[in-house]
Amino acid sequence: MVTLTLDRLSARYGRRQILADISTPPLHGGQVVALLGPNAAGKSTLFRRILGLLEGDGEVRITGTSSERPIAYMPQDNGATAVLTVYEAVLLARMQGRRLKVADADLDEVDKALAALGIDTLAGRDIGNLSGGQRQLVGAAQALVQSPDILLLDEPTSALDLHRQISLLGILRRLAQERNMLIIAALHDLGHALRFADQALVIESGRLVDCGPCEQVVTPQMLRRTFQVEARIEPCSQGRPQLIVEAAI
Amino acid sequence: MTTESSRVAAAPPRPAAFTPAAADDANLYRRLVLRRQLILAALALALFASLCVDLALGPARFGLDQVIAALFTPGSVEDSLRVILWQIRMPVALMALVVGASLSIAGAQMQTILSNPLASPFTLGISAGASFGAALALAFGVTLVPALVDYAIPLNAFIMAMLTALAIHFLSMRRGVTIETIVLLGIAMVFIFNSLMALIQFFASQQAVSAVVFWTMGSLTKATWPKLGIAFAVLAVVVPLLARHGWALTAMRLGDAKAESLGVKPRALRLEVLIMVSLLAAIAVSFVGTIGFVGLVGPHIARLLLGEDQRFFLPGSALCGALMLSVGSVLSKVIIPGTIIPIGIITSLVGIPFFLFLILNHKKNAW
Repeated sequence: MVTLTLDRLSARYGRRQILADISTPPLHGGQVVALLGPNAAGKSTLFRRILGLLEGDGEVRITGTSSERPIAYMPQDNGATAVLTVYEAVLLARMQGRRLKVADADLDEVDKALAALGIDTLAGRDIGNLSGGQRQLVGAAQALVQSPDILLLDEPTSALDLHRQISLLGILRRLAQERNMLIIAALHDLGHALRFADQALVIESGRLVDCGPCEQVVTPQMLRRTFQVEARIEPCSQGRPQLIVEAAI
Repeated sequence: MTTESSRVAAAPPRPAAFTPAAADDANLYRRLVLRRQLILAALALALFASLCVDLALGPARFGLDQVIAALFTPGSVEDSLRVILWQIRMPVALMALVVGASLSIAGAQMQTILSNPLASPFTLGISAGASFGAALALAFGVTLVPALVDYAIPLNAFIMAMLTALAIHFLSMRRGVTIETIVLLGIAMVFIFNSLMALIQFFASQQAVSAVVFWTMGSLTKATWPKLGIAFAVLAVVVPLLARHGWALTAMRLGDAKAESLGVKPRALRLEVLIMVSLLAAIAVSFVGTIGFVGLVGPHIARLLLGEDQRFFLPGSALCGALMLSVGSVLSKVIIPGTIIPIGIITSLVGIPFFLFLILNHKKNAW
């Protein structure tokens, strides 16, 4: 099973320090980890640093995988005007770093990724003509089709309607368990984090301020300190924790 | 921490718009690939037909059957036909193909890596740089490589075109330079060289001005077998190198952030490809002069027909550019019988209305 550990990770843009000294306990495959934090806290930068797109001190340790490219990343920006169909755009993600010739196995993987996210009806559509939500799902398919051991998703539900937010997170959660995949998703909806994530990492001004099981991390104190909102967490009729936000401070 | 089963809700039913399709997506894709292969084959056939017509036309007109016989069984035709076809017309006709393919590929990849539909050897100033180099030789006899004075015009053109491309490369490597800035740098280069050309024409003799103007119109009649060999060799080296980056180049059209997330290194790839396509464009322009719009329009036609998967877009751009210039070469001979109109004028006059017709009548995304 894949394990990701961050050890004193830092990153800079030029002289500006964006991330400092981020260390986590080993994060294991089969789990969903919510990456939480206010705007500009450094969530996207952390993803880029883990992926090796930014340089900095510290170490990203990945064990339990034999894949050459164990991490797939879905950035926030999924807009594109390329003259490609959805199928081609997803296949393209699968084929990076491979030969030009497409094998039947690659097409099978594309079919599976589209079907897993319920967007197989979009296969023949031009990506330039998709809605924001559809593009986001195509972005998720592009990440999934790489058969990663670790999946980094930067606000995967920001353009989706409520139904599809719940649907996508449910699908991702199931895939994490089925494929023993570690999913780290930057989420702004803390209710979704409570419902779908096992662990949570909280980032504030480029530093990790909290890390652990989601219900222990998402607390009224953290919400007040990090997000400046008064909120409480109560169990619903089915016993699941529910976030109730009362006011911004 | 609660157990997983208590936290995870049962997957909700999927909305109607996202229910699985009955059709098999992989088979649909295979049909799309087949259609594109057929389009490429049709373009190649059209190109061969155009080449034959181009070879048949000239002061001495031949039948297509004679041309085909001379092509495939040169020993079976008269000596005069063989000499005219192979020694005089063939280098010109093939040069149209090689230059058209080179300019179109250069434009296609510039548009791809700069994510700009207006990028081409013209708009990035590479053609203008070449014109300035040629004009230096034509007007004042300046040779940038004194040892090769016989090749002063193409060498000057090539050196200035490459210097322009390198200037853009080095400026674009500065921190904070975006792809939009690179395009603006190219446009600035065009204006600088246009001003310098005007200055040369102001000081040059009347005869030299005529020579400069004729050169900038572009003409295939300057083609010879050795020049053709060089242009073809560069094309033959660059195309496989570009094809090797096929998936990465296609990913570049999804934006830098997306391409990076897929493992592509956009800045490094952009520089490498810019150098390769500048070489293609510089060689083409230095041998035949500035031929307008093939580098801009060829890729757009290929994109409309084949999409942007580089496995089809790259050969498609080459075929479209070659076909445009080959048809242009035919038209340049037939519009005014007995006169060969400079091909640069033909490609602009015929290419642009055709391009506008395609863009305005096409329902799919053009960019």
